[in-house]
Amino acid sequence: MRIRNLLAVTMLTGIYSLIVAVLFVLLDAPDVALTEAAVGAGLMVILMLGTIALTTQEERRQSMRHNLLALVVVAITGAALIYATLDMPLFGDPEAPAHVHLSPRFTQESPDEIGIPNMVTSVLASYRGIDTLGEAVVVFAAAVGVLLVLGTGAVRGRGHGNRGRARREDQDEAP
Amino acid sequence: MNRYIVLRVITSLMIPIILIYAFYVQFHGEYSPGGGFQAGIVFTAAFVIYTLLYGLESAQRAIPPEAAHALSAIGVLLFAAFGFASILLGGNFLEYKVLLPNDQAGETFGIIGIELGVGITVAAVGLTLFYSFAGRRGGE
Repeated sequence: MRIRNLLAVTMLTGIYSLIVAVLFVLLDAPDVALTEAAVGAGLMVILMLGTIALTTQEERRQSMRHNLLALVVVAITGAALIYATLDMPLFGDPEAPAHVHLSPRFTQESPDEIGIPNMVTSVLASYRGIDTLGEAVVVFAAAVGVLLVLGTGAVRGRGHGNRGRARREDQDEAP
Repeated sequence: MNRYIVLRVITSLMIPIILIYAFYVQFHGEYSPGGGFQAGIVFTAAFVIYTLLYGLESAQRAIPPEAAHALSAIGVLLFAAFGFASILLGGNFLEYKVLLPNDQAGETFGIIGIELGVGITVAAVGLTLFYSFAGRRGGE
C-alpha cells in the first residue's frame, strides 16, 4: 500500500501523534502526553499543511527498482535491534538501571528540597536547569533559522498585486 | 471560513477557554502536569485557530511579527537572567535557592521564573514559525 497524497500523509501523522499521546497517558506520563498532543497533533500538522499549501499536494512519482541489497541491510539491522531488546529490562521492573540510580534521590528528596509536588517540573527546571536552558535556546534557534529561510511572513504593507515588492521586503526584513 | 456559522461560533467560544487553559498550564505547572513548554504551544494553538477563522491580518494586528521576534529572545534572556542572578547572589549558575532567604521559596521562585521564560519563548517561536509559513504567499 502506498499513499502519494501528502495531505492524507499529514493527517495520518497527526492521528499517529494523538495515539502516541494516549499511550503516554496510559503509561502515566501526562507531561509528555500534553506536549505530544499539542506539538505533534497540533502545531506540526498546521506547519506541514502550510508547507503543502506552498508546494504541492502530490508526491512525485519515481521509478521504483527493487533493491535487494537494501532489503538485506534493513533485515539485518532490524534483526539486530530486536535481538538488542532481549537485553532490556522488563516494563516496570523496579530493578531496572533507570530506577535505581538517580530516581530514588529525586523522588524521595525533591519534595523537601524544592518544595513543589510535580517532580517532573523539579527535575526539568531545577536539577536539569542547564539542559532546559539549552532547550529554550534550541527552540529560539529554530525560529531564527525559519526566519532566515522563509522570511517574517508579515502581512502589513503587502497587497495582492505586488508580490515582487513583498518578496523584496521579506528579504530586507529577514535578520 | 466566515460562511460556516457553526464553526465560527464554536471556535469563538473555544479560543478564550484555550487561552485560559494555556495560562493554567503555565502557572499551575508546579502542581499539575505541564509547564512553560506545553503552555506556550497551547497559547500558539489558540492563535492558529484564530488565524484560520479571521485571517492572518487580524492575527498579526493582535500580535505583530516583530513583537513575536522580540518576545522569543526575551524569554531566553529571562531564563538566562535567573542563572546570572543566582551567580551574583553567591550561588552557582541556575542555583535558585540563593534567590530568596528561604531555600524552598527560592527554588520555587526560580522555577516559576524560568518556566515563564520558557513559556514566552515557546509561544513566540510557535507564532513566528506559523507566521512565516502562513504569510509566505501574501495576504490570505
